[in-house]
Amino acid sequence: MSVAAASAPTGRRGGAALGTLVGAVLPVLTVVLAIVALWYAASVMMNRAWTLDQMERRGLEMTAMEIVADTMNQERPVLPTPHQVFAELWNTTVGEPVMRERRGQMQGNPRNLVFHAYHTLWPTILGFGIGSILGILLAVGIVHSRAMDMSVMPWAIASQTIPILAIAPIIVVVVSNLPALNNAVDAGLISEDTKLLVPKALISAYLSFFPVVVGMVAGLRSPNAMDLDLMRTYSASRPQTFWKLRLPASVPFLFTSLKVSIAAALVGTIVAELPTGARFGLGARLLTGSYYGQTIQIWSALFMAAICAAGLVMLLGAIEKLVLKRMGVKP
Amino acid sequence: MKAAALPPWGLPALGAALIALAAMTDQRLALILAVWFGAWGLNALLANRARGAGARLIVPLIFGITLLVLWELVVVLYQVSFVILPAPSAIWARMISETAILWADFQQTILKGALAGYAIGCGAAFLAALAIDRSGFLQRGLLPVGNFIAALPIVGTAPIFVMWFGFGWQSKAAVVVAMVFFPMLVNCVQGLKASDAMQRDLMRTYAASYGQTLLKLRLPTALPFVFNGLKICTTLALIGAIVAEFFGSPTVGMGFRIKIEMGRLAMDMVWAEIAVAALAGSLFYGLVGLIERQLTFWHPSQRRGR
Repeated sequence: MSVAAASAPTGRRGGAALGTLVGAVLPVLTVVLAIVALWYAASVMMNRAWTLDQMERRGLEMTAMEIVADTMNQERPVLPTPHQVFAELWNTTVGEPVMRERRGQMQGNPRNLVFHAYHTLWPTILGFGIGSILGILLAVGIVHSRAMDMSVMPWAIASQTIPILAIAPIIVVVVSNLPALNNAVDAGLISEDTKLLVPKALISAYLSFFPVVVGMVAGLRSPNAMDLDLMRTYSASRPQTFWKLRLPASVPFLFTSLKVSIAAALVGTIVAELPTGARFGLGARLLTGSYYGQTIQIWSALFMAAICAAGLVMLLGAIEKLVLKRMGVKP
Repeated sequence: MKAAALPPWGLPALGAALIALAAMTDQRLALILAVWFGAWGLNALLANRARGAGARLIVPLIFGITLLVLWELVVVLYQVSFVILPAPSAIWARMISETAILWADFQQTILKGALAGYAIGCGAAFLAALAIDRSGFLQRGLLPVGNFIAALPIVGTAPIFVMWFGFGWQSKAAVVVAMVFFPMLVNCVQGLKASDAMQRDLMRTYAASYGQTLLKLRLPTALPFVFNGLKICTTLALIGAIVAEFFGSPTVGMGFRIKIEMGRLAMDMVWAEIAVAALAGSLFYGLVGLIERQLTFWHPSQRRGR
């Protein structure tokens, strides 16, 4: 019954710190350990068929322990074990140089996962930037214009029911064939690499604008009638009400939705790389892994993506804390 | 924010000036601008004058139709290459002539892959939430982990599932299950915590059993959260089912068709598939929304009017 009360963090000083540690970290740790244990069990189950098959072909006799050990160290397992994935992650990040020399030039090393993550992160951040600025502008318009509220909002919702990730290939073809973009490449304004980055960023932007619109509209409308009346008694103009009341009130809402949207932006970039034959990026890594049956490579790319997502969300969380502190919001 | 200070005729005058300016350099642009400003003016008028359900339907409809007309105009007037963007009329023509193929793809991808995965994933997540709910320890452990996993690019597991479950719709359903499980779980767990202490205490004073409390108090208060999860998952399910087909599928299915027709540069067919996907997605979402309104009519977010 008192589950909610017990789970609420109580104090933040002195002895309470230990309580928080036990209350918050221990359950998470337990769940993570349980997942790892389940994972090992599943990989033994799924990889056993291959081991048994090999054993029969070679006419070997193996004890149960040996079979289990073998299932955990196959080269192309059906389900790689956690330690294989982490070994691969380690080898392809720390074990490989990020840059390598090729044809007399220093280039990124495609064997290094950091290099692929870099190629995925740039369009993600660019698309996230475009999407969130667009989302904020749309929200400001929706809050201030009734016509815009009524005509744009339903379509913004409908736009998210379109499986945009499924049409990523078209967007890539369309954007990379745009005359304006090709002219810019010919004129030397942007490089060929930048051109490849644009469609990915656009898909990220499409996915990331919606959470921002919804969160920001809610945030800009969050001041209650009393606050708004106070602004009226000051005879504040609409812009003044916006800058001094609505915008500051919307900041907590904004950060919550930014965290959702940056995760969506990362998904968008990765999927944009899948069907287009991109050579670099975490999505490309997934695709080559799937073509050649390199399951360990797929899983390590997935984990790199997870690490990137967690890093981006944590970064935004840190910025949020800083901004809210500067604004004088009590935690 | 200068617009607020303009006289009432200011914005139309500004629009007319822009159109006149465009007419001098490029008449096609002037036409497009005229359509845009005309429709926008009509919408602004309707939105500010009319009240009630009629305007709520008509205003977005006019906006949508305007966008379609503008698309058609841009494609026809500027002779946009067929590969870059086919006109809506061409896409519509293709949808009419290829209905049989579109229907077969729809059945394969949405009715089999997406819906099966959606039902299994959301059902499993709901049951898991009920199980977790009884242990505060599990809740505190699983919620952060679930939130973290919900933010991950799970679509990326599609190649793995295709490897495990083969090319048929089963692998697509598996991808969908993986995609919808955690967002649904997080929402359900939050929903089950939504009833407040006073209400739960009241149930205790009635000496209600766990099952009775669950059925009469906690499930109803959880419904808004459950439906929020269900709505988020509709889109995820479609995406999962279509994207998984990029990694291998039988020779039918929306993702398969998009991939193949892309290679043949038959862009009108690709857009026809997208139109079907968009329509299916909107209908699916709308259906869940409709059920939600029937079941959670008491919730403040469902109140009509201002």
